[in-house]
Amino acid sequence: MSVKSKSIQNKSKDERLRKVSNLKVLLNRPELGALGGSVLVFIFFGIVAGDTGMFSAYGTINFLEVSANLGIIAIAAALLMIGGEFDLSVGSMIGFAGICIAIPAIYWGWPLWSSILFAFSMAVLVGYANGILVVRTGLPSFIVTLAMLFILRGATLALTRLITGRTQVPGLRVLIENDPIAWIFSADAFKGVFTWLGSLGLIALRQDGTPLATGIPASVLWWVGMTIFATWLLMKTRYGNWIFASGGDKLGARNVGVPVGRVKISLFIGTAVAATIYACVQVLDAGSADTMRGFLKELEAIVAAVVGGCLLTGGYGSAIGAAFGALIFGTVSMGIYYTDVDTDWFKVFLGAMMLIAVIFNNFIRRRVTENK
Amino acid sequence: MSNNLVEFNNISKFFGSVIALKDVTMHIKKGQIMCLLGDNGAGKSTLIKTLSGVHKPDEGEIIVDGKQTVFDSPRDALDLGIATVYQDLALVSLMSVTRNFFMGREPMKGFGPFKTFDVNKANSIASERMGQIGIDVRDPSQAVGTMSGGERQCLAISRAIYFGAKVLILDEPTSALGVHQASVVLKYIVKAAASGLGVILITHNVHHAYPVGNSFTILNRGRSMGTFEKKNLSREKLLGMMAGGEELDKLEVELKEIDRTNKN
Repeated sequence: MSVKSKSIQNKSKDERLRKVSNLKVLLNRPELGALGGSVLVFIFFGIVAGDTGMFSAYGTINFLEVSANLGIIAIAAALLMIGGEFDLSVGSMIGFAGICIAIPAIYWGWPLWSSILFAFSMAVLVGYANGILVVRTGLPSFIVTLAMLFILRGATLALTRLITGRTQVPGLRVLIENDPIAWIFSADAFKGVFTWLGSLGLIALRQDGTPLATGIPASVLWWVGMTIFATWLLMKTRYGNWIFASGGDKLGARNVGVPVGRVKISLFIGTAVAATIYACVQVLDAGSADTMRGFLKELEAIVAAVVGGCLLTGGYGSAIGAAFGALIFGTVSMGIYYTDVDTDWFKVFLGAMMLIAVIFNNFIRRRVTENK
Repeated sequence: MSNNLVEFNNISKFFGSVIALKDVTMHIKKGQIMCLLGDNGAGKSTLIKTLSGVHKPDEGEIIVDGKQTVFDSPRDALDLGIATVYQDLALVSLMSVTRNFFMGREPMKGFGPFKTFDVNKANSIASERMGQIGIDVRDPSQAVGTMSGGERQCLAISRAIYFGAKVLILDEPTSALGVHQASVVLKYIVKAAASGLGVILITHNVHHAYPVGNSFTILNRGRSMGTFEKKNLSREKLLGMMAGGEELDKLEVELKEIDRTNKN
């Protein structure tokens, strides 16, 4: 009798624990905040700006494109942040990569594809330099990459003026059309679908009969692709485990044989390469490079990553979260034009959102790390 | 050939003019727990680091499985099955049990560039291994931060055993634990030894060492005061040797002195 009652008691106790643990699993997902935030943002603009054309095909593509640009660098920034480091030189790298594409192509007569490859190899160098400095010196990446922020921006400005006599390099548009790889960063996808939808009258048309939104911009596909790739990397590969370990406790990780230095260096290369993808998209879209491109983007990328659930101290976060962080950012920054709210308030919103996210994340961290 | 798993013979280690260790000899047998006792500053940390390959001894020899060897790095010691579980445990509290268990040595599946971390296999091994110790990991994807100190210690030890340790060096495994937690860990250490491992248990707590140890090496100011079998050694004698019996006697006299001056 007593044995039986004991076993029942045990069983019911187990069930209770299981429930708590399931709730915990849900609450402990890093991207929860960003997902919830995205839903709230869409509900808000659905009510406030639902009938203004914000959610038409054209409007949607617009805010998705802004989100996608930021998302590309935010995902790389999130991986680096999970690995326990920051990269403040991302914004400057965008400007630098832009002129690395434009100057060889316009002034030195290189084919566009080779100057794009040149920009990517420069990105690998810059990322490697950041990484090796941080790993070898043990200095905080905040300081090292802050220095790189100024060095790169200054070099971009000085070199561009030295070579071209000005700070902008226009004239790329003619080169884009015949280039074998430029489409990777600039073409619209699913054009046929959009034309078809236009002919059915489902989406808005221009006066000449072509649809207003011509297709899904390449940047959106990069954004989605990078989110999937980074998530796979984090969750399903050995390298992903090493990223978490390096950021969570680098000494512990090193003691069990994780190559912490190599992991961090590769993540720095990742952010620089992502900045260059961003630069390619922008330069090929605008047909020109500008030395001031990417200004303050490093901070926006960090906001998106933090809103997406990354802890500033490393070891925790998700790529999906960062992608949704960027979506919130892009949706609000474009959506605010469709409302009566003065756009000056956007930065207030941005700061408040980041504060809320950090407080929320802190709460989550305590839940995850504290004893039962 | 003796039945010693590892022999450390006459190990000395100098840092400049400082003699950190002098002529320390220890033999670790299969299935035996050898307790290394010593006060703070006795040279325990230096000895552990020398045994685990972090420091190279300046004198003496290390014999593993009857063959003389030199450890150039902790990796060398590990490859010969000598695993050290440090006080910080090398666990990441934000990461899951599974991810910690396999940190740096993840099981893989697939081919070539499509090789992926076999999460399911890792999960089942981790919870099976933890289950063997009697720790019911309800969800192997729960963060290590949610585990108690004793459970974490067991996880770190169990990880070392899973990855092929023949000799376990445990650095103060019970120092941060309460009475119950410590007894859980000590029980696990005894079980591990019973399954054929050699264990070096480093501690300054005689009450933890005496019940589980088979032999005791006492370290004082960098020198070994000898290795004693349990049958030749009472708990009181051990305690006296370890703290330095004279020190305690002196302390008692001094305390009485203070007491007397206070009264006056």
